[in-house]
Amino acid sequence: MLSTVAERLYWAARYLERVENTARLVKVYTNLILDLPDGVNVGWYNLVELNSCTETFEKRYKNQTERNVVKFLLADDFNFNSMMSALNAVRENIRTSRDEMPVETWEQINELHLYVKNNVQKAISRSNRHEFLDGVIQGSQQVNGLLSGTMSQDAGWEFLRLGRNLERADMTTRILDAGIAAILQESSTSEPAANFTQIVWGNVLSSLSAYVPYRKAMRTSVKGEEVTRFLIEDTYFPRSMLFCLNHMQDASSKLPRHDKVVKQIAKLSKQALKEVDHTRRDQSFRDYINDLQIGIADLHWCYAETWFPEQA
Amino acid sequence: MGIDWKRYKPAQHFDELISSPGNARAPARRLVSYLASLNQEELDARRQTAEATIQQMGITFTVYTDEGNIDRAWPFDIIPRVISAKQWKKTADGLAQRLRALNLFIDDLYHDQKILKDGVVPAHIILDSKNFRQECVGVSPPLGVWAHICGTDLVRDKDGEFYVLEDNLRVPSGVSYMLENREITKRVLPEFFESDRILPIDEYPSKLFDTLVSLSPRRVKHPEIVVLTPGIFNSAYFEHAYLAQQMGAELVEGRDLVVGDDDCVYMKTIEGLERVDVIYRRIDDLFLDPEVFKKDSMLGVPGLVRAWKKGKVALANAPGAGVADDKVVYAFVPEIIKYYLDEDPILPNVETYLCEDEKQRNYVLANLDKLVVKPANESGGYGMLVGPHSTKRERDTFAELIKKNPRNYIGQPTLSLSTAPTLFENANVEPRHLDLRPFILQGEDTYVTTGGLTRVAMQKGSLVVNSSQGGGSKDTWIVDTEGKA
Repeated sequence: MLSTVAERLYWAARYLERVENTARLVKVYTNLILDLPDGVNVGWYNLVELNSCTETFEKRYKNQTERNVVKFLLADDFNFNSMMSALNAVRENIRTSRDEMPVETWEQINELHLYVKNNVQKAISRSNRHEFLDGVIQGSQQVNGLLSGTMSQDAGWEFLRLGRNLERADMTTRILDAGIAAILQESSTSEPAANFTQIVWGNVLSSLSAYVPYRKAMRTSVKGEEVTRFLIEDTYFPRSMLFCLNHMQDASSKLPRHDKVVKQIAKLSKQALKEVDHTRRDQSFRDYINDLQIGIADLHWCYAETWFPEQA
Repeated sequence: MGIDWKRYKPAQHFDELISSPGNARAPARRLVSYLASLNQEELDARRQTAEATIQQMGITFTVYTDEGNIDRAWPFDIIPRVISAKQWKKTADGLAQRLRALNLFIDDLYHDQKILKDGVVPAHIILDSKNFRQECVGVSPPLGVWAHICGTDLVRDKDGEFYVLEDNLRVPSGVSYMLENREITKRVLPEFFESDRILPIDEYPSKLFDTLVSLSPRRVKHPEIVVLTPGIFNSAYFEHAYLAQQMGAELVEGRDLVVGDDDCVYMKTIEGLERVDVIYRRIDDLFLDPEVFKKDSMLGVPGLVRAWKKGKVALANAPGAGVADDKVVYAFVPEIIKYYLDEDPILPNVETYLCEDEKQRNYVLANLDKLVVKPANESGGYGMLVGPHSTKRERDTFAELIKKNPRNYIGQPTLSLSTAPTLFENANVEPRHLDLRPFILQGEDTYVTTGGLTRVAMQKGSLVVNSSQGGGSKDTWIVDTEGKA
């Protein structure tokens, strides 16, 4: 398989995952804001920070209002991490690698693209937002379902898996980090509201569709240390860090010249599992999460170096 | 009510299907009477089937506009053009003869230039041509063949004979549409394909593959063949992807390839570098290799021409082949055929006046309102003057252009292009002008497509068939009527 084709499939899967994750994030945040007690200091701008887009945002908007943040995350062409931009990227990548996928993939992506294009403006006000975001999540899951049901599981498939799982692992760590940041921020400025941490962790779980799996696996109420442990160490839940790493391990072992990649994934898994005090809510825990994020970014470069065309 | 053939009037042109109102030509008789048996609803349903098929198969071509590039659905007319197998046989022989001679000509130009020394073709015409590539002098491509894939445009004049309008020896496109047109027609008029009278055309991709394989520098069982495309923004990208897929070859862009220190060409795969034997390139000469041609080309591969010159990779078509599809060289093709093959040309040229000759130039300048004037090196119907449809101002501009650079212009009589019935709404059929582009392959063997791509000028009275300028297309049937009822 050509290196460029491999890279396109990988990015197609990453961007598709990003589309879905962005939809989830905005959806959960909309709920979170409604749940929080008055006077709690958590703003929409956290979503921009979580996606590392503050610079781009500042260039575009003066005020960090809900409307601006949501517009920026969903509809803004200028922000190439926005849902619209990510979906455009999915489309461009699939357009040039159509032959590697089931024929219906292209049609379904086009449908999803059209749906977002025609409806995204509606989602900027709260009243239609839910319905729109559910439509996006469904559309993206439909594509993934189509692929797992009909695509030959050859090298192309493995690159899709790599892209999807890397993006997932990345998003899981970002959401964890955002949760911790919100709690740290709130506790530093005032006496935290009684159920504030619980609300935050509940929403962290929801944003990853992890609430019920968490309750089943951990058999406990929503507690911060258990939530972080679950989202990092669980090997059954498809959005936990370790699950994603295991799948990337499996996918890459089926590809040629995988030695270095396999080693690096193993190293990152070890790092994720190292003894950490999950009850600690301070900078050291953020550093641990931050190191995992750097590990994920390095993993991407390791894939690129092994299989993708060199960057000009 | 269905089609009323008595009301169809082909005027003074040769019509492909109808010889006089109500009378079909022999090879088209069955088709014409069958179409007349369909009522308006049935005809509409067939047209819808065609449209749906085009959408479903994703057959598009790209139009460049100010607002960016747009993928348009392929404009298609469901009534096929029909040609008898007997007439086609002669035409195909003529096309093969022509390409054989042109390849000998190109090879001669880059070696001994005997034809110039013998004064059959004036030397300055070649040596001043911007398509004569000094870089190619002395190169001997495999089998001595330079133009492996040729698309030759034919038109039928009033007399019903095919004339050669031009040869395209660089990167001719359209063959995928020829193949897709047949796929569409099989769904739209399936009842006709039950008998074997319509000759099949689907062997083209495998013939192309065989031609490319025969050029491989390495005698290996499975040489690596790739199709080199400029990328998704090229108007023929659909075709590049289609042919690669049909041949089971990789579709690559310049950045997927690299020339090694050993002068071999490699493609970058997930396994590492893999050697490439034959490149079917759909990029113009000038963009092929920034080391040799345009220095700022982002589409090409540095070192590619070096690899080709050393015989480590085959390029189809070879760089420099375009020297022979210059419209001034065109005027000499009958002499070229006689010179190299010692045969009479089977297919006639359209009469051509060379503006560089004073007498012929004066004739052209005096008759601009009657002639078609073409620049020597353009394709796609651009930069042309169609005399009878021109304004005084356009004619004045062209007179200036010709006087400034006579070598670059030719004049031809305005041909009365043949027509064929084209179906419009309400079972209305009207004559529309068309041409024909067959494709000819030359490697170890020579092959001519069975028929070719018929392009239709969809506007009433228009002679412009280019898809970039509002042309459409229809299926082309070569029908074997002999020995069968």
